[in-house]
Parts: sequence; C-alpha cells; structure tokens
Amino acid sequence: MSTPLIRARNLTRVYQLGGGDVHALAGVDVDIEKGEYVAVMGASGSGKSTFMNLLGALDRPSSGSLVVDGSSLGERTPDQLAAFRNQSVGFVFQQFNLLARTTALDNVSLPLIYRGWSASKRKKRAEACLEMVGLADRMDHHPSQLSGGQQQRVAIARALAGEPSILLADEPTGALDSQTSTDVMGIIDQLNESDITIILVTHEEDVGAHAKRRLLFRDGLIVEDQR
Amino acid sequence: MNIMAALPVALTALRVNALRSFLAILGVIIGVAAVIATVSLAQGAADAVEESIASLGANALNIRAGSNQRGPRRGGAGSGEPFSSDDVDALRTQLPIVVAASGTLQSNVTAVVDGVNWPTQILGAHPDYVEVRDWVIADGRLFTPQENQRSARVALLGQTVVDELFPSGGAIGSSIRLQNQPFEVIGILGERGQGSFGQDQDDIVLAPIATVRDRVTGFRRAGVRDPVQTVWIEIASGEDMTNAVAEVEDFLRIRRGIEPGAEDNFSVRNFAEFIRAFNETENILGLMLAAAGLITLFVGGIGIMNVMLVSVTERTREIGLRLAIGARRSDIRNQFLIESVVLCSVGGAIGLALGVGVSLSAERLGPLVGANDLAVSVDPAIALIAIGASAAVGVLFGFYPALQASRLDPIEALRHE
Repeated sequence: MSTPLIRARNLTRVYQLGGGDVHALAGVDVDIEKGEYVAVMGASGSGKSTFMNLLGALDRPSSGSLVVDGSSLGERTPDQLAAFRNQSVGFVFQQFNLLARTTALDNVSLPLIYRGWSASKRKKRAEACLEMVGLADRMDHHPSQLSGGQQQRVAIARALAGEPSILLADEPTGALDSQTSTDVMGIIDQLNESDITIILVTHEEDVGAHAKRRLLFRDGLIVEDQR
Repeated sequence: MNIMAALPVALTALRVNALRSFLAILGVIIGVAAVIATVSLAQGAADAVEESIASLGANALNIRAGSNQRGPRRGGAGSGEPFSSDDVDALRTQLPIVVAASGTLQSNVTAVVDGVNWPTQILGAHPDYVEVRDWVIADGRLFTPQENQRSARVALLGQTVVDELFPSGGAIGSSIRLQNQPFEVIGILGERGQGSFGQDQDDIVLAPIATVRDRVTGFRRAGVRDPVQTVWIEIASGEDMTNAVAEVEDFLRIRRGIEPGAEDNFSVRNFAEFIRAFNETENILGLMLAAAGLITLFVGGIGIMNVMLVSVTERTREIGLRLAIGARRSDIRNQFLIESVVLCSVGGAIGLALGVGVSLSAERLGPLVGANDLAVSVDPAIALIAIGASAAVGVLFGFYPALQASRLDPIEALRHE
C-alpha cells in the first residue's frame, strides 16, 4: 500500500497557559487517503480546530510526526511552510475572510500572487475557479455586493485557485442560513467527486453527514472513526 | 510577491483611507515643501549675488590709498597719499596682467535742466572705467581720452537722472548744468538696477576724470599731480586673482618707495571675494532653514509610523488570511513597507509641487512687499533628493510597523475581530 496523503503519529499540541499546560491534542494517530471526504467533529475545545491548523501548517506540532502530501511539517522552515500552504492546501473559513473593496476575481487570484504568476495567467485561472463555483457572472462584484452564500463560494474558488491536494474547510456553513448551507455543501460534495480530498471541520451533524468518514474528537483524542 | 503586484494593493489601501492617508503625509508634505522653498530661495539669492559680482566687473580690483595716521591731520582709509593718474597709466602700461585701468573721483553734485534740480552723484573716470566695471553705454557714446585730457564738459547720464531731468526724452545732445557749468550729454548708461546694498546704481552722472577734478571737485593734494580717489583695474581673464593682487601690491610698493618689511600705505581689494564672503552668510542661513525642513520631515515620519501601526492593527485579519494562503513573512513585511514608501513618496511629490509653487509665487509676489529682485532657482537635483529623502523616510518609519505585521501569528490574526 502506498503512503497515505496524511499520516499523523502520536501527534500532540501543548499550549502553555498561565494555569499550566493545556493538551489541545494529546497523541493523535490517523491516516487519510487521497480523495477521502472526512468530517472532523467534536465539541468546542475538543482539539478539532487545532488538528486542522496543524494539517494546514498554520501551527506546528509540539511532538509526534505529521506528514502531509509528502512533507514532514515539523521539520520545515517558515518559508517552506508558506510554500506548502500556497500549493498543497486550500482554506475555507467560517467568516469567508474575503478582502473588502477587492473584486471577486482579485480575491480568488490572491494565492497565485504569492506564486509569482503573471497577471494574465492569474486572471485566467481565477475565472475558471469562479465558473466552477457558479459565479461566472459575479466576477467584478465586491464582497459587499454578494450574498453570504456567494461570498463563501468566492472563498471556495480562492481555495481551489492553487489546485491544492487538500481542501480544509473550517465550519464553512457556520455563518450561513440552511438553504445556502445546502448550496455550499453541494459544491463541496462536487469537488470531492472530482477527487479533491476534503477535510471538513464542523459541529453540525447534518453538515458532517455529507462526509464519507467521520473523526470524532474529544479531549484532544480521536474517540470515534466511522466510515 | 513582486513590486508590480504589491503596488496596486498599496494604492488601494491608501485610497480607502484617503483622509487619514493625507493627514499622515501632511508632515512629509510640509517638510519637503519647506526644504524646496528655502533651498530654492537661497540658491536664487546666491545666483543673484553671482550676478552682482559679475556686475562689479569680472576680474576687477579696487585700489585705495591707506589711512593717514601721521601728523596733525589724520583720517581714515583714503586719506593717505592718493594715487595719481600717472599711477593709473603705469599700471595699465607696465603690468602685463592689467588689461584696463581707471582712476575715479566721486562727488555730490546738483544737476539742473530748465530750472529743475536733481541732486545726484558725479563720477569722474578714465575711459577704461566702463570696461573694468562692465558698464554698458545704452545710447550715445563714451568720452574719448582726448576729451579727458582737455577736461571737456561732456557727461553720460544714468537712467534715473534721465528719467528725472528728461522725462520726455531727447537727452543726448542737450545741455545740462553741473556745478553751474554747462555740460553736453553725449550718452546714456545702461540700466543697472539696485546695488548689493540697495542703492540706486542708475542715479549717477559719468564724466571724464580730468573734467571732474578741474571743474567740479577741485580735488588737490600737495605733491601729487592729478590725484584720484580710487583706482579700478581689470586683470586679464584666466589669471589667478590672488596672485594678481600680490603682483599689483609689489608693483605699487616699488612705485611708492615702501621699504621691504614696512606696511603698505594702500589696499588692494578683490571685490568678488568680498561679495562671496557676504554670500556665505546667506548660504548658512539657507542651510539652517533646510535643516529645519529636515526636522519637519523627521516629525512627518513619526506620523507615517503612527498611521502604519494603525493600519496593521486594522488589517490583522487580512494579514492572517494572506499568511494562510501562502504569503511568506517577508511578503507581508514588503507589502507594508511598499505602502509606507508609496505614502511618503506621494507626500514628497505633493511637497515638491507645493515648494516649487511657493518659491515661484514668492518670486512673483516679492516685489509687492518690497522684496525686489527676489530670485528663485529650483535645482532639479534638489527635487530628486527631496523625493528620495521622502522614500527614505517611508522605509525608515515604515519598517517597524511592517515588521510587526510580518510577525503576527496567522491563527490569532484570523480570529482577530
């Protein structure tokens, strides 16, 4: 069997707070294969967000090993981690985090700026990504001119722009009503069908139900792994 | 992220907070404008002095008899044994470096035409005088050496005298009474304007020195034939003026029989240097004003730093997002540095325009408040330096906020409200 896309072994993340050490992750072992659709679930404080931050190289493990897309993330320089975030993962946030006063097109092409792509190459790729999420007619709109669901679709297009192997979605429907939530989840489902690995962090059961595998976190450990 | 990609980002960020950006760069604008205006005015003044040095006559030396500090009749400079017309001739004919020489006699005189009186100055000189001093004959002609020898009653009038006594023109060929004697007006002197010390240089009558000595002042000294008050000589162009002064002094010491080691009883003045020394005070003043401008620029930089720090705080989430999608810390730092440099450069450019504007209007409006001949000279190099200095302020004062931005923790930054 080939190496999985993500392999975590005895992964811990310890925060030093005033009252002592807090074990946000207390030794996680998990393998995730390419093309999987995984929901990371659990109550707040269970360690699911910490796990996602480690997968996305926004944070570094305190101990243990984490290999993502062939990179051992604990041993990388800050600039190598930046390149990893730029090329291997795409983030979708609860609050969209689009740049105001910047068109949808420019928001989507933002990650490509850090790849040093030319303006015309960026534009072409960003247009293709916006078409993928069904916003071909909203390219020149600013976030304030878009509905919440449309803004989240722009954010998904931005995450796809760099052609990542993994899409990391942190409560992607947390700020949306139920109808738009369904639309956004529909797009994420479609992306998985086109063989993109999806890691979905959520505490909502019906959102988690879209995934084909559920990892339930409690007190910094995976307590349930359902396929 | 390269500069071409960062520039639009910076411009957008600055446009979004246009008023705040403007207030932040106000200090830079005022600093640059102050430096440009003061340096331009100082440079203009320096140029004007250069010009007035030229108007004294290029390579001109002024020679005066020393003070009389012996015997009962003492006096100040010029009261000692005067030079004579023979000395003037000797300087011109015997010293190869001297190309022209003239004595002068000057006196107050009242000029009268048709019952109108005009008190003015009469200057008696040899014909060489106009060459030594670079004077121009605007109309008519100069008197000849022959007219000088026979004390002919001929005169050239300065523009002010012409305006006062011949308001309707026709001065040349007319008769004018000086010291109750009729003189024929043979020429009009070119206009020279205000002197270095504010005197009207056109309020003058020029006549042959012998005529002035014999018919106007009656200047006599025992033992000196044809005395003169001062001597002006022109040194051949290309000669070193300091050496020329030494050569002229040696020549005159021998002529006046001064023992080696004894003090000179005359002085040779290099007027150009005198004016340059005067000019240096002005330069120092200009430098001090420019220094004040630089301090303003520095204070302006503090304003820039303040607004950049605010901007970093406001855009914490944006920074977090950029880090999450692959910006390196150096990309973030450069983005804010570029913003700061663009901000300051825009301030520098506005300040430059304002400074040039102020300088030019000072030149225009100066005469209205009595500051005549307020010249301005905007040096393109100074303009470049001003823009460069503004950009440097941007780097200097933008660096700390940019560093702060680049050190943010992406997770914290993304959670920032």
